[in-house]
Amino acid sequence: MSDIEFHAVAKTADLDDGEAIQVIVGKKEIAIYNLEGTYYATDDICTHAYASLADGYIEGDSIECPLHGGCFDIKTGKALTPPVTEDLKVYEIKIDGEDILVGVPG
Amino acid sequence: MSDPGIVVIGAGQAGGWAARTLRDEGFEGGIVVIGEEPYPPYERPPLSKEVLLGKEPAESSYLWPEGSFGDLGIELRTGVEATSIERAEKTVVLSDGGTIAYDKLLIATGGRVRRLPIQGETLEGVHYLRGIDDSAAIRADLGEGAKLVVIGGGWIGLEVAAAARMLGADVVVVEALEQLCGRALTPDLATYLLDVHRGRGVDVRLGTTVEALTGESRVSGARLSGGETVPATAAVIGIGIVPNVELAEAAGLEVQNGIVVDALCRTSDPDIFAAGDVTNHPNGLLGRNIRLESWENAQNQGIAAAKAMLGGETPYCEIPWFWSDQYDVNIQLVGLPADIEETVTRGNRADGSFVEFYMKDGKIDGAAAIDNPRDIRFAKRLMQAEKTVDPAALADPSVKLQTLLRG
Ligand SMILES: Cc1cc2nc3c(=O)[nH]c(=O)nc-3n(C[C@H](O)[C@H](O)[C@H](O)COP(=O)(O)OP(=O)(O)OC[C@H]3O[C@@H](n4cnc5c(N)ncnc54)[C@H](O)[C@@H]3O)c2cc1C
Ligand code: FES
Repeated sequence: MSDIEFHAVAKTADLDDGEAIQVIVGKKEIAIYNLEGTYYATDDICTHAYASLADGYIEGDSIECPLHGGCFDIKTGKALTPPVTEDLKVYEIKIDGEDILVGVPG
Repeated sequence: MSDPGIVVIGAGQAGGWAARTLRDEGFEGGIVVIGEEPYPPYERPPLSKEVLLGKEPAESSYLWPEGSFGDLGIELRTGVEATSIERAEKTVVLSDGGTIAYDKLLIATGGRVRRLPIQGETLEGVHYLRGIDDSAAIRADLGEGAKLVVIGGGWIGLEVAAAARMLGADVVVVEALEQLCGRALTPDLATYLLDVHRGRGVDVRLGTTVEALTGESRVSGARLSGGETVPATAAVIGIGIVPNVELAEAAGLEVQNGIVVDALCRTSDPDIFAAGDVTNHPNGLLGRNIRLESWENAQNQGIAAAKAMLGGETPYCEIPWFWSDQYDVNIQLVGLPADIEETVTRGNRADGSFVEFYMKDGKIDGAAAIDNPRDIRFAKRLMQAEKTVDPAALADPSVKLQTLLRG
């Protein structure tokens, strides 16, 4: 196992409650979410086909894919509704002042 | 012989989801899925999109990796056709001479392409598109210098036209009606789509038919209704599908533009269910019967049928949703608006991202979006909640749709 490295990817002011944005770390596309002031991170690309979940629709704790409507749990990455059956990876978040840092295996 | 379990005829999207759902819901009996095609259940949409473009291999369209059904204890028999249903004996007869007994049966036979019986239809280089092999054959004909004639300006034809243009082919689309996509789009939106294609260099001929495909052994041209012959190295015919109802019909089940089922996916025989493109089913939200040819319906009605077969009592009732991808344009439609009283546009057409809401009695009766999937999700939820909404607020981009949903 390689160590987790934290990268500053966005500012807390970049996303309102209930919003998501896509960030790129290395070659990885990651979605950062703000759920009532707490930030979460998952893989941004849906496990069904090619769509950015950051463009999706957040409802409660889940994100609905903009392409075909598959839902994932933002906190755990779990695939919740068809067509998705494969979970998303989730990443650790740290907040440092105004910076959002996401932890990715180095 | 073991106890008869559940048999699924048709290893497509609906049949695949049904079989998997039976296991997910805890059914432990035998499940046999019979499929005519040599592939595990797959999704067809990529066949006119990513797979046709060569961006993804055909296997990427499989619902689940090969072998998944085996792991779930589901017997998948591909390359075999069901040739009759013997309701008195509760058996299905197969093309390989075998017979399988069922306790409950699901018919998910989908549809086949509607053929266009014109001269030259069987020439080499003339294609229809329904399955993986069709997509590969079309792609093989889209090499350097290809001139493609697409017959039919519906979804499939337009997606093929877009992919062919992206691969560098010259493309002519011939559509009999005066607008693209028939009644699925409002005339305004159809014109928008027409401009998208013409802007990408597609020669679209509306109000025109192909009278014959010409050529010796291989297609070399298409003779149009005006008398002109356009050159062609390949042709794709996309004029719709015919539901595969013959098995059901021969078994004496009620058939009328599809196999007639109720909201629990039951046919006129209580032990036989049906799902997907092949069904004519009631939609409680629309208050009428519909037959859909859509990815979402295949998946969700397949799932609903499986649950109903296990005794579930939740009616299948959803607002129809459909999408299409052409070039980099994503089109999404929700609802089947009938008598539109007012169209409200949110966003700017010139920006290439907007949504049209179709209003009836102060509520949203349907919506269509170009590159704006998120607003379609809001539209669907506003429709589900049967909210009365102020058209001015819908049209105002400074009003968040979220607030309308809460208000
Ligand atoms: C190229 C293409 C692009 C599409 N794009 C979109 C899109 O962008 N958006 C959208 O919403 N929808 C799209 N669709 C429609 C969508 O794919 C269909 O609605 C869906 O596949 C229907 O699923 P089904 O399971 O009902 O039928 P099918 O997928 O047709 O599956 C039925 C299966 O049953 C088999 N079968 C039939 N009779 C027998 C028998 N007697 N014995 C054994 N097997 C049998 C058939 O061989 C077939 O494999 C597209 C379709 C095509 C062809
Ligand atoms: S790409 Fe996300 S559900 Fe299909």
